[in-house]
Amino acid sequence: MSDQHTPAAVAYVRTETLPELPPPASEAGLVKWLRENLFSSIPNSILTILSLWAIYVILSGVIPWITNGIWDASNIRECRELLNGASGGCFAVIAERWPQLVFGIAYPQDAYWRPSLAFVLLLVAVAPVLFSNLPRMLLAVTLVYPFLAYWLLWGGSIFIPITAFGGAAIGYMVYTRLVAQSFAMGLLGGVVAALLAWWVFGFITDNTRGVLALEAVASRDMGGFMLNMILGTVCVSLSLPIGIVLALGRQSDMLIIKWICVVFIEFIRGVPLITLLFVASVVLAYFFPPGTTQDLILRVIIMITLFSSAYIAEVIRGGLAALPRGQYEAGDSLGLDYAQAMRLIILPQALKISIPGIVNVAVGLFKDTTLVSVISMFDLVGMIRGPILASTDWSGVYWELWGFAALLFFIVCYSISQYSQWLERKLATDHR
Amino acid sequence: MKKSVLLGALAVAGLAAGSAGAATLDDVKSNGVLKCGVTTGLVGFAAPNASGEWEGFDVAVCRAVAAAVLGDGNAVEFVPTTGKTRFTALSSGEIDLLARNTTWTFSRDVDLGFTFVGVNYYDGQGFMVRKDLGVASATELDGATVCIQTGTTTELNLADYFRSNNISYEPVPIETNAEAQQQYLAGACDVYTTDASGLAATRAAFEDADAHMLLPEIISKEPLGPLVRHGDDQWGDIVRWTLNALITAEELGVTSANIEQMAGGTDNPEINRLLGTEGELGAMLGLDAEWARRALAVSGNYGEIFAANIGEGTPIALARGLNAQWTQGGLIYSPPFR
Amino acid sequence: MSAISDETAPAFRLSMLINDTRYRSLTFQAIALLLLIIFMAYMVNNLISNLSAAGLNISYGFLDDPAGYDVNQRLIEYTSQSTHTRAAFVGILNTLLVAFLGCVTATVLGVIAGVLRLSGNWLTAKLMAVYVEAFRNVPVLIWILIFGTFVTLSGGPPRQFLGDDPERSMFLGAFAFTNRGLHMPSIVTGSSAVAVIMIFLVSIVAAFWWRYHVKQTLYNTGKLLPGWVFWPILIVPAILTQLVLGNPIGLEMPDTTANRFNIQGGLLIGKPLIALWLALSVYTGAFIAENVRAGIQAVSKGQTEAANALGLRPNRTMSLVVLPQALRVIIPPLISQYLNITKNSSLAIVVGYADITATLGGITLNQTGRAIECILLVMLFYLTISLLISAAMNVYNKSVSLKER
Repeated sequence: MSDQHTPAAVAYVRTETLPELPPPASEAGLVKWLRENLFSSIPNSILTILSLWAIYVILSGVIPWITNGIWDASNIRECRELLNGASGGCFAVIAERWPQLVFGIAYPQDAYWRPSLAFVLLLVAVAPVLFSNLPRMLLAVTLVYPFLAYWLLWGGSIFIPITAFGGAAIGYMVYTRLVAQSFAMGLLGGVVAALLAWWVFGFITDNTRGVLALEAVASRDMGGFMLNMILGTVCVSLSLPIGIVLALGRQSDMLIIKWICVVFIEFIRGVPLITLLFVASVVLAYFFPPGTTQDLILRVIIMITLFSSAYIAEVIRGGLAALPRGQYEAGDSLGLDYAQAMRLIILPQALKISIPGIVNVAVGLFKDTTLVSVISMFDLVGMIRGPILASTDWSGVYWELWGFAALLFFIVCYSISQYSQWLERKLATDHR
Repeated sequence: MKKSVLLGALAVAGLAAGSAGAATLDDVKSNGVLKCGVTTGLVGFAAPNASGEWEGFDVAVCRAVAAAVLGDGNAVEFVPTTGKTRFTALSSGEIDLLARNTTWTFSRDVDLGFTFVGVNYYDGQGFMVRKDLGVASATELDGATVCIQTGTTTELNLADYFRSNNISYEPVPIETNAEAQQQYLAGACDVYTTDASGLAATRAAFEDADAHMLLPEIISKEPLGPLVRHGDDQWGDIVRWTLNALITAEELGVTSANIEQMAGGTDNPEINRLLGTEGELGAMLGLDAEWARRALAVSGNYGEIFAANIGEGTPIALARGLNAQWTQGGLIYSPPFR
Repeated sequence: MSAISDETAPAFRLSMLINDTRYRSLTFQAIALLLLIIFMAYMVNNLISNLSAAGLNISYGFLDDPAGYDVNQRLIEYTSQSTHTRAAFVGILNTLLVAFLGCVTATVLGVIAGVLRLSGNWLTAKLMAVYVEAFRNVPVLIWILIFGTFVTLSGGPPRQFLGDDPERSMFLGAFAFTNRGLHMPSIVTGSSAVAVIMIFLVSIVAAFWWRYHVKQTLYNTGKLLPGWVFWPILIVPAILTQLVLGNPIGLEMPDTTANRFNIQGGLLIGKPLIALWLALSVYTGAFIAENVRAGIQAVSKGQTEAANALGLRPNRTMSLVVLPQALRVIIPPLISQYLNITKNSSLAIVVGYADITATLGGITLNQTGRAIECILLVMLFYLTISLLISAAMNVYNKSVSLKER
């Protein structure tokens, strides 16, 4: 075979491969990409031109506004003088009112490190929950975090969070002892033990008010973006267990319990959050025992928690419904009772597939915490609408402030939703 | 009726019902802080300053009451309230005292169940317009767009006034003074109407205050004063007489400057009774003898508070007018301390 | 219970209430019901004692009293002497109006953005992604406030259009955008307008009959009658009647000389409505875009490829093959977005729009101090709307659910 086609014998056969020619200019590199992606057809070209125009309009407005921005001025008049007619943002308002935008007007200035630290610790505490490949030791931080954050934000003696944690720990220990008998027994015993422990510890905390105390800050003094963060995290964490109970209740065979849950969920989901906040601000006070009052932030937390628990319940119900029937039957056939089957088989799976939905609810809820500004609380939006825009110095600085608020929310919500999408991809093991 | 019988039966099983506000004084004392409802921000009357401290004319009343009861003018928790939340906040006990330039009206006093303890500012509803509109009287406002703060009596007065003068207008309801100010400045409404004092305060905050004017018409009576819940007369008396002490002190010439000296005793028996060196007025209120002295020491008498917060020396520059002492031809008049 | 246990002692023991699963659920339900009743009774008891301590009561009598305030946008007759009930109806209609407008524009925006985001055009797809992410991740309240500020600041004061020698003249002599809103001509009907409308209705029927007739002729005889005659049949008679009767249906132009403050006459789409409408549609549009995208992606790729193989152009593939199948996935979340628009419209008060929350739940509440009653009524309204919408959704879901054989 080889000797017949020796180079000498067949002169016209090329012996070496030709070098690869570059593809035609229109089929390579940038040009090809442009042709395929932007100008593949006439409508497509029109779309491209329209998009370019839109981008130009937006950027030509925004870029000089940002680059000419003034970061150092004490009021809007000074800012306008410095700008001297050029179009530019007056970002000095953000520089000057930064602490107010983030912490509100009344939080003590020398204690700003406390919420900042609480925020950093929040990231550490949620990390092991969000990413399962992190060391499980970090979960200890998650457990301690609520108590620590309370102490950092509200101040007071360190014994209050310590004893609260101690009570919870004792309750948990009793629960683990008794849960072998039955779940209901364990739960009941745990709760009773925790309450007892708190009651006993109450004597300690009453007598150690000043020990290791941070300066106490009243709830009313919380404000700014910090208030949004507090409301968001507290309400989402509180509504998770309530949501699970509601979802189980709605799936239950027990008619009365099922209907209580259905009515509650549908009622809450049927009304706008703002009406629930009105309830918190003008109606709820009438429902507390006579002579007692709760401050507004607590009433708001109650209403927002109820609100989000109804939505979370629906998400979890979706997760429960998505589990194959065989899982329930498997639990039954192993002889597990209801509590065991739920705890060991159903809920771990159902919660896992509900996580993206829960994260979406959490993002929505976090955005909705801005509504508290309508009932005269000074959260980020409330700070801008109230004290800052009302002040003589900064009345009329709209875009900088709204842009800043939008940016803060965007950063938080976008990162969470990116996480949720990542998680969805990671969990989607069965589809492809 | 039937319902209440049923509920009454349930109540027996439930907890014993105390009655709210039975002893506000005790509550305030045990909390060590007076919870005082104010506006969310109206410069001169109640607004947080740059360092977050509340100051203003209404704030001074809160501080005086706190000083009289608790001995410390700073022992006040200021609760910002909107037109919507203020009455519920008071009737539900969230606040002990509402000093939020609230107009004393029949229905608020009788139907809503509050006690107005007096008047600290006699006001009336006015209109503010841009000068270049060339409007000289409110009757020329036919067809104008009017910004109003919703939830106030001004909203109702406005409707009545325009209807009785048979002129039309477009209302723009707005939640807070700050936003009304923005809308007005942006030209979204031709006229801004609220209490004349509020207008003056708002105008004072403008960059070009001279380009705006108040119209001569005052279309309503707006006696503004602090209020408390019905049914706790002792607490009502304390607030009422703290306010009266501020007024009487001005009438008698007791100021924050000379109060220490006068507290040593004077020839005027009414001053002595006021400052507690004679008689038992404090004990009758359930307070100590020096209550009024402390109230006056915080920010002075009525005249001093007025001058410091909204008087002619301030950017708001309100003349005393109706709010001068009765001896000066005004309406500010306190019953005698006897 | 004890009576029963005496009788059937061997069959039923009290301990069964806890240990026997047949009876245990009964125990749990009884306990739950009891707890609920105690809780409710406790709440109501607190309410009653709080109210009586404050000297208040619950009564709806105020609804028949004159409201005393004016509302800037009303779809029905309303003055400050009308009752609070009527003010509430003005608010309800305004809520429904902005919700309806918002649903329409949000759908249009969302479908466009969702389809474009999947288009082959890289730049447009990225631009739409930016739109969707930017609007989805910022609270709707901030968007409403931003749009409110935008409308207030971008339209100049109406004065520039006013007077005999205005600085600016209206667009086409009929449209003006000021910081009070958009002024445009309104339709006024004369006495004989009914005739024009009747004729028009008749011509609609006639035009559609013609279209049907063309189709039948085509199928039966193969002859192709002119289809475009549809349009003349539809329009011409009505226009003729309109001309013959001397223009009974006319336009009222905005009048710039009648008043020194505002443009009078014509139709004014108020600034609050524009701001709220825009904000709700653009915000919800971003969510709908995601739903549409998910719906389209849920249609299996084979469908598109099959359509391509049949030689359908991309547009027709989308409209004839992909979208109809995607609708099954898109519509349920779309309806819940409509519900969200309705609920989010309750933020109207921040831009001064007189919806139900602003009238009944706002001004009426403030003026009468009847907080509990007002809030309860407002909640009932929203609850009714959302139950109606979910009922509609259930009916739809039933009708499109795959009929399995």
